[in-house]
Amino acid sequence: MLSGVFAPGEKQRYGSRRNVMKSGLKKGSQQTIPEDTSRSLGVVETQYYTFAGPPGQMKLESGETFGPVTLAYETYGELDKEKSNAILVLHALSGDAHAAGFHKGEKTPGWWDAMIGPGKPFDTDRYFVICSNVIGGCKGSTGPSSIDPRTGKPYALEFPFVTIADMVHAQRYLIDFLGIERLLCVAGGSMGGMQALQWVASYPERVRSAIPIATALKHSPQQIAFNEVSRQSIMADPAWRDGDYYETGQPERGLAVARMIGHITFMSDQSMEEKFSRRLKNDRFSFNFDANFEVEGYLHYRGANFVKRFDANSYLYITKAMDYFDLSGGKLINGGAVDARFLVISFRSDWLYPAYQSQEIVRQLKQKQVDATYCELKSTYGHDAFLVELEGQTTLIHHFLEKTYRGERNGNGNHR
Amino acid sequence: MEIIANGIRPDHQVILDMIEPRSRVLDLGCGTGDLLHLLARDKDARAQGIELDENAIYECVRKGLSVCQSDIESGLAEYPDGSFDYVILNQSLQEIRKVFFILREALRVGDKVIVGFPNFAYIKARFSLCWGGKAPMTPSLPYRWYDTPNVRFLSISDFRGFCTEKGFTEERSCFLKGQRKISFWPNLRAIDAIFLLSLRKAGWPNSVLTTI
Repeated sequence: MLSGVFAPGEKQRYGSRRNVMKSGLKKGSQQTIPEDTSRSLGVVETQYYTFAGPPGQMKLESGETFGPVTLAYETYGELDKEKSNAILVLHALSGDAHAAGFHKGEKTPGWWDAMIGPGKPFDTDRYFVICSNVIGGCKGSTGPSSIDPRTGKPYALEFPFVTIADMVHAQRYLIDFLGIERLLCVAGGSMGGMQALQWVASYPERVRSAIPIATALKHSPQQIAFNEVSRQSIMADPAWRDGDYYETGQPERGLAVARMIGHITFMSDQSMEEKFSRRLKNDRFSFNFDANFEVEGYLHYRGANFVKRFDANSYLYITKAMDYFDLSGGKLINGGAVDARFLVISFRSDWLYPAYQSQEIVRQLKQKQVDATYCELKSTYGHDAFLVELEGQTTLIHHFLEKTYRGERNGNGNHR
Repeated sequence: MEIIANGIRPDHQVILDMIEPRSRVLDLGCGTGDLLHLLARDKDARAQGIELDENAIYECVRKGLSVCQSDIESGLAEYPDGSFDYVILNQSLQEIRKVFFILREALRVGDKVIVGFPNFAYIKARFSLCWGGKAPMTPSLPYRWYDTPNVRFLSISDFRGFCTEKGFTEERSCFLKGQRKISFWPNLRAIDAIFLLSLRKAGWPNSVLTTI
């Protein structure tokens, strides 16, 4: 239905997310990392790890037990002998385990390919980088669209509620399986940042450093409100059928509208002005309700694309997990001395996860005297900046990791 | 400020000499982190910076330093009492409006505070104002009246009077003219002043000579 609103050639105009961003970047001076195929990981493959089968099921934060659980994951680079160079990269709401490199036969690289690879900030010549799809997701890890072994049908709403802590708990099983005692770093933006924070809160002794980007200790009412409108949009679609739609087809209209709302919140007023202004698709008003403005066409395109790759029930579960997340009030660093180092990054034009929320993280770190670096980067890309504003992040992450890897503290010994 | 033979600025050398090895140090307005880098390298200090400028923060991170972006006036609030052995305010005091508040906060967060500032009563500044009739420009006050970031114009005597009034104890002080240390009539002859302050009870009164 939604695809009907596209004019011929529209797909080409908007291309993939990366292409859109790249064309946007050309206007500014920010694009400093040229597309360099020699720095690519090349072809990569997703792997799967299944654990917590009965009777040893995983205990969820809600009190329920659940299993078996499968996590889809990818790894890049080599784990060193001491197993001291492992970095866990954590994806955002709609991300997946495919963070970098190319899947066989595909032209679009993983979602953080600009940052992960040989010679890139997460340098795979040096570090062993892991990325897994979250529990509750729909990209190979167990989620509502997975088959319930008890019934042979998808879980749908029988899937238990999972939290950010449960996502991290599941990742801990994977890290145990890979034989890694202590991660050199946990890093991610948006919901990935929440997981990075949760790692420190849940397993402080297993994390040497954390890089939470464009994230928060808890969702504000405004953030919960955007998520709730997205959920209501999905659930209001008759095709949703109380989540039981796996045979009849997913609630495409509802999910597409949810994603359109998301995309508005990912951009900034300025980036939308630069990208679309009030430009019309056909240079004149159509005097009907078709997508007339370019911004309308863009949102429709984004929505229609999203329903092809994402499960509506996963969207409900994961947004709820984000809303439940709350490490405010001293819960980030609970108990004794945490010797993890932090690099906290926010973006000036990000109004979905405003800088004050990152400053709130820094405040907790200062109170607990945790080694912290914080920078609010100049960017006009809004929340999207964490994926496209590369220059500042590259500098900060590269040197922060190098320092952490050297295992020194401020160029001195390792007291504390 | 000029650089002496080993590549270290004279004021940085003075501060380096004031700090005990393996201390916890916070530099308020750390700029590109040159001083903190020296402290980490030569004094094995556990160094933390506070700086507002994004590009300066990149430089600090390149040097392996930890820096939080903030202005000086709000950067101290969250630290618990006694978080640091030393809090440094080098060449930034003259740009601060809430001077007493910041120093009081710095002495809460840190055991000792090191303050470095340009001496407004330096003889050439006095001449400039007295005989030239113009706002002074000196090596440590290089700005013109319309582009200076400075909002406080103080002399060594002013600062000493302030410390006495507010109950800050002068543990040590050092006065510089370039690389040269000035001990005789510093308020007239020194271009820069560096004080080490604490909240301990005062010992001997300050030398009469140094207050001229």
